[in-house]
Amino acid sequence: MNIFNFFRRGATAPLARERLQILLTHERQSSCSPQLIAMIHKEVLAAIAKHIAIDPDKVDIDIRHKDKVSLLEINLEIPASVSEAADKKAA
Amino acid sequence: MAKVLVVTSGKGGVGKTTSTAALGAALAQTGQKVAVVDFDVGLRNLDLVMGAERRVVFDLINVAQGDANLSQALIRDKRVDTLYLLAASQTRDKDALTEEGVARVIAELRERFDWVICDSPAGIERGATLAMRFADVAVVVANPEVSSVRDSDRIIGLLDSKTLKAESGERMEKHLLLTRYDAGRASRGEMLSVDDVLDILSIPLLGIIPESLDVLRASNIGAPVSIGNVGSPAANAYIDAARRLCGVPVPMVRPLEKKGLLGRFFGRRAA
Repeated sequence: MNIFNFFRRGATAPLARERLQILLTHERQSSCSPQLIAMIHKEVLAAIAKHIAIDPDKVDIDIRHKDKVSLLEINLEIPASVSEAADKKAA
Repeated sequence: MAKVLVVTSGKGGVGKTTSTAALGAALAQTGQKVAVVDFDVGLRNLDLVMGAERRVVFDLINVAQGDANLSQALIRDKRVDTLYLLAASQTRDKDALTEEGVARVIAELRERFDWVICDSPAGIERGATLAMRFADVAVVVANPEVSSVRDSDRIIGLLDSKTLKAESGERMEKHLLLTRYDAGRASRGEMLSVDDVLDILSIPLLGIIPESLDVLRASNIGAPVSIGNVGSPAANAYIDAARRLCGVPVPMVRPLEKKGLLGRFFGRRAA
């Protein structure tokens, strides 16, 4: 191992800083408990999984606050092959 | 007019009790009357760090429940005669502490002291929320480490929402006390730097306490580090922080790495 790798390997603080910034931006936005989001996440996933095969990691649920309203945001990625198959079936 | 200060952090083991004792002793040494109050019911330790563990007869819960009066429960420090301790109870369950009881004790302490310093337990449960409930000022103790910074952020959120001051629409005065700071490791990018933590938490800096054996030494002998290890960098940092709390504009000295370039190089290799 050369000396440059040695120095680079030690500098983990930038990563710590970045991880914290991302995490805290997220945590500050959602004032409701993380447990509630986890519960909604699980149930929405279960409901959709009945009809479409989705990757649990591609589901993103968040509660955002805008002025006086809160917004429940659900983003989920449906694999292309599945959505095409569903279209054909419907047609 | 008395000031009620809470020393809090969320995470355990970052130095709340050490900081409470050290700031309390430093403030008392300026001649102001100071009471340090341990809110860690069931796991009291402020008495031990202050070297008063064998003198505790009555505690916070006894006073809050009216079983003892404040004069009976307050323990006067043997080194600084304007410094007093109100210990936490060791045996009774933490539900014994009620908001009404704490409100009464704090109100009475306000009449007698210039500073009332509440040592919060770790966590965000009852003990911690009661410790901050009546505070005018908060010192958030954090280590330059991810879990501590995250928990501090959470505690800042609670200070801004669950305290009496916040509920009445006032702004809670908050200060960051960065403890166990290793300037060498921070300069090598191995540890979050002062600026990293300040950027993330965005509250004003009260002081930087260097990682130091003096802190352990002081707790071994049962003396607040600010009076037990006079002249040590940690003691000086606490004394400066206490002066800043009183509004004295003490310039912030960033701890410097002690090693030279060569030492740094070899120090790294050894580590």
